[in-house]
Amino acid sequence: MITKRIIPCLDVRDGRVVKGQNFVGIKDVENPVTLAKFYNEQGADELVFYDITASFEGRKLFTDILTEVAKCVFIPLTVGGGINTVEDFDRVLKCGADKVSVNSGAIKNPALINQAAKKYGDQCVVLSMDVKRVDGKFTVFAKGGRENTGLDAIEWAKFGVENGAGEIVLNSIDTDGVKNGFDIEMLNAICSVVNVPVIASGGAGKKEDFKELFENTNASAGLAASIFHFGEVKIPSLKEYLKNENIEMRII
Amino acid sequence: MIAIIDYGVGNLFNLKGSFDFLGIETVVTNEKETVSNASHIVLPGVGAFGDAAKKLSETGLKDFLVEQAKNGKPFLGICLGMQLLFNKSFEYGVHEGLSLINGEVVPIIDDLPEDKKGLDIPQIGWNALHIENESPLLKYTDEGDCVYFVHSYYAKTDKENLIATAQYGIPITAAVQNENVFGTQFHPEKSGSVGLKMLKAFSEI
Repeated sequence: MITKRIIPCLDVRDGRVVKGQNFVGIKDVENPVTLAKFYNEQGADELVFYDITASFEGRKLFTDILTEVAKCVFIPLTVGGGINTVEDFDRVLKCGADKVSVNSGAIKNPALINQAAKKYGDQCVVLSMDVKRVDGKFTVFAKGGRENTGLDAIEWAKFGVENGAGEIVLNSIDTDGVKNGFDIEMLNAICSVVNVPVIASGGAGKKEDFKELFENTNASAGLAASIFHFGEVKIPSLKEYLKNENIEMRII
Repeated sequence: MIAIIDYGVGNLFNLKGSFDFLGIETVVTNEKETVSNASHIVLPGVGAFGDAAKKLSETGLKDFLVEQAKNGKPFLGICLGMQLLFNKSFEYGVHEGLSLINGEVVPIIDDLPEDKKGLDIPQIGWNALHIENESPLLKYTDEGDCVYFVHSYYAKTDKENLIATAQYGIPITAAVQNENVFGTQFHPEKSGSVGLKMLKAFSEI
């Protein structure tokens, strides 16, 4: 059967990975190419790069890095951050991205999802959603979780998939950074209304959190950043652990 | 020299990059003369079957590629490029393929048993290969090796053409061979070291 995926996420600013920590055996952990190679060797199933640069110069550095990574890492690469137009899709796909994730850009211009899906295929378009409970309702936030859009997350997810999003990344603002487990309730609410893979983000603190995720939701993948960067959870031992718990894993 | 066919479908950056990484010479081309001089042919493809088949016909490559394959040159179709090797596809209408391998391309969802209809479509992710028949393409591949899939349709073909399947509610055609013509539904160029070894194996055929 298809395996559940473990996905490290790298936030890149001005060509460097933010939140990089020291690992045994690699020196320059803030170098995205070095870190991408490292995660690939560790058995990561996919890599996500978020460009959190605001400047034009930083953006150029980001695409240069992406090109370098794609030359030596042969697993799926997803790119997000600053994707507002079909031209932005084109820019990162030409540098070796396989999938492009849209968030605020799609909230500003919902037609972007369909335009991109028609041009590059559903498999290429990932709808990334930052969601928080507001008065008991799952509500979509924009601009890195700072702005309440008032959009209902369930409706937004359905709209995204109907318009060609081939995957959803669901980031729970409520559990993000808390390190006490993924947002099972929110994930189940979204998984039950879409039939495309849902990638869980926000809340992973220990390996048991991934077991809980895969046993209690239909999420296809677990995404995390700092716990992998800080070495609190190591990918090979996480995957070995999950496999022993009878969760389908790709072991390399 | 391996010719990677460029007919305006999909991103060839990563496919070429994989061969570059392996030190295998490739040329991305739509010129018949270049393809004729190449030792191997790779037909990539992402997107809808109908559009791709139309582009192959319009560029005059369709009959030419069939002729090249029939002359015995090692030929590899990847993802949509594999689906194009078959007789026809039912993706948004009925479209004719290259008929280099006997079979049809149909929606996965139609063939899933009732209790598996809830599976996500497309199948996106890593799935384990079950080897069905020996093949030079799988020279370095082991039973249970995982490869990366992204697809909503799959090829139904005769058992003798199957070299590997993957379980997704039903056994899904993962890799096929008919003499010198090979195909993979998954993306070897995105399947880590397992995929790279398969591309190397293809170059050695």
